[in-house]
Amino acid sequence: MNVIEHGRGKPPLDPHLKALENEAIHIFREVAAEFERPVMLYSIGKDSSVLLHLALKAFHPGKLPFPLIHIDTGWKFPEMIAFRDQVVAKHGLELISHTNPDGLRDNVTPFTHGSARYTDIMKTQALKQALDMGRHDAAFGGARRDEEASRAKERIYSFRTPDHAWDPRNQRPELWSIYNGMIHPGESVRAFPLSNWTEVDIWRYIQAEQIELVPLYFAKRRKVVERDGMLIWAEDKRLELLPGEQVREEMVRFRTLGCFPLTGAVRSEATDLDEVIAELEIATVSERQGRAIDRDQSGSMEKKKREGYF
Amino acid sequence: MSSQTLSHAAQSIDSSDETPLAGAQAALAGRQARPLRFITCGSVDDGKSTLIGRLLWDTKAVKEDQAATLRRDSTGKQNELGLPDFALLLDGLQAEREQGITIDVAYRYFATDRRSFIVADTPGHVQYTRNMATGASTADLAVLLVDARAGILEQTRRHATIAALMGIRQFVLAVNKIDLADYEEARFRAISREFREIALSLGVRQVTAIPVSALKGENIVLRGDGAMPWYDGPTLVEVLEKATQRTGQTTGFRLPVQRVSRPGEGFRGYQGTVAGGSIKPGDSVVVLPSGVEANVKAIVTYDLVRNAAVTGDAITLVLDRPVDVARGDMIAAIDQRPQTGRAFNARLVALSPDGIVPGKRYWLKAGARRQRVMVRPTASLNLTSGNWDDATFLSVNGIGTAELDFEDTAIFDAYETNRETGAFILIDPETLNTVAGGMIDGKRSRAGCFDALPDADRASITLPARLLEAFLKTEFARSHAGEIRVNGPEQVDEE
Repeated sequence: MNVIEHGRGKPPLDPHLKALENEAIHIFREVAAEFERPVMLYSIGKDSSVLLHLALKAFHPGKLPFPLIHIDTGWKFPEMIAFRDQVVAKHGLELISHTNPDGLRDNVTPFTHGSARYTDIMKTQALKQALDMGRHDAAFGGARRDEEASRAKERIYSFRTPDHAWDPRNQRPELWSIYNGMIHPGESVRAFPLSNWTEVDIWRYIQAEQIELVPLYFAKRRKVVERDGMLIWAEDKRLELLPGEQVREEMVRFRTLGCFPLTGAVRSEATDLDEVIAELEIATVSERQGRAIDRDQSGSMEKKKREGYF
Repeated sequence: MSSQTLSHAAQSIDSSDETPLAGAQAALAGRQARPLRFITCGSVDDGKSTLIGRLLWDTKAVKEDQAATLRRDSTGKQNELGLPDFALLLDGLQAEREQGITIDVAYRYFATDRRSFIVADTPGHVQYTRNMATGASTADLAVLLVDARAGILEQTRRHATIAALMGIRQFVLAVNKIDLADYEEARFRAISREFREIALSLGVRQVTAIPVSALKGENIVLRGDGAMPWYDGPTLVEVLEKATQRTGQTTGFRLPVQRVSRPGEGFRGYQGTVAGGSIKPGDSVVVLPSGVEANVKAIVTYDLVRNAAVTGDAITLVLDRPVDVARGDMIAAIDQRPQTGRAFNARLVALSPDGIVPGKRYWLKAGARRQRVMVRPTASLNLTSGNWDDATFLSVNGIGTAELDFEDTAIFDAYETNRETGAFILIDPETLNTVAGGMIDGKRSRAGCFDALPDADRASITLPARLLEAFLKTEFARSHAGEIRVNGPEQVDEE
């Protein structure tokens, strides 16, 4: 068997990124070896793209020993779905796309049910359904500890009850790089190989490794409408304008990607990776600022995680 | 709040316009070292959260919306400088906010233009000692905080002891609230002197003492020259930037095998992270515990088939001949082998409310190797006196020594020589919780150990399995666990 070398001619990573990469690969291999039915949550965004890249590295020259799950709420940007299908085809991945059938039946939308209930039904419940259907005892996620205060406290192996609940007050101690993968039937673990990465690390790694991203991360003239202080993408006819709202075309990009009605764009002229990173240098707001669901209530991420959210 | 424009949002968020460091900007330049991991410890009111908050704030690791949330949540709690309550930035769990204390380890990230840092913020309360041990397990350096007015407390001594035990060899003593002690030099000198003696008694020679005011930001990131003209030493950040990273790997090549990769005809690779030394094609290695020897044929990674790998690298190793290697095995340098055997001595930190029970069989996980072990505590550390007292049981948060007896071969280095291959965790076989962290002192081979006995001094008896179970539960059997080896039950072919 000929072993392919993907990095010929590429300059080596700096020691900082190399250490983060090594740690993530170690976690991938450990979970894949210890659990019966691991799966990777793939959300198509930049963190997922890095996560997938690291997974490919971890199991090279073999293929990924687990499938990917994408929770499709039906409200993702069309460019995200197109990119997802392209990535799956390119790497020969196994992808499970799941939408909560109850939510579809009841016509649950971010507009009719409010962002908190919508997120619970179409994301949290949908994820739990997908993990249960596949009897997955471990699920990789791209969460980082620098994202949010409750995540800063979460373990790399985040233990979940049979109901997928997280108990932040009763977490297993995690010493050195020795992970306890022992669980009872029905229990599971969410594993976070990117725990120690920061947003800047993600972007620098994407640059160094030339990882492909959804074009939504780069500035382009897009139709948007300003609502509740956020710039909402307004090119989907399901978005109904409220009195006084006006669709404008502006040079914008997205700093994180989710469901378009809940994801705010930022005005930006950064059309490529170098420019995006240059913008980051002087950014004074965190990336989750553009996420409506984080602002529903104080401590809302912890609450969602307790209920089974990633 | 209006929609923000990133490229025009460079206006500073507080009064510290002159801060010489721009965290994000610095972070973007390629860094020449891996992140320095450190831990902060202190008693409840020493101002630990304020210190970390100050580090994050002055290195611009706090973003505007986070600051806005902070300001909203800290209404009425702002200090006299008009800064928000930094503790709220760190205590991310609702229970912590409600009780106003830190319960669990939080990991924080910041950078200067020289280096990036991962800080484990650990709880100060005595009952959370185990969380401190967790944070210390991966740290290169410990920052110990004391209140300049209170001086060294018993808790300071405890934290220093645990940090030293977990292998940390660099201490920074931050003498905080120096402003409230009238910036008195003599006070600072006296506290530093006392601390140096404690550190020395723990075998830690690298100690830097710094007078700081976390609240006012003096000698944290920025200098406090105005208030303390008598202090000409480094700021906290300067010490952190120059700190050395523990490699601690004085052993030869070690590769704990995580998984065997067999993607196709003719390829068989052993995947793992190099836990000591280095390796190159052609080097001779031994597979443990089998003892089979081979040579390295190739070091495969996604990017390149490499001509060398060093400690920390995640690799796939290909050997020159078909040998039997499984997950949990260790591939090691042929001339610098780790210790193998069935009996070891170790130090333990008990992490579970049930403590560590003598004679109980636990799961032990070290690297990728998991095996059954019988644990017998022999002494426990009195954190007040610093003495090791005889003990047969370790209660929660207790630190002790113990004898480990394995049913099959165990492979370790002493923790002193290799933090990766000398560390382990204990898992309770019923709850499956992690109940202890452990550090290997070395192989045990004195009299009383089964393997040390000459063959002539051993005898075998065969019992029905149910009788054997009952026998092993007796006090006698438990107190002689190291002298008993259990085999079987024998497989009998029924024809």
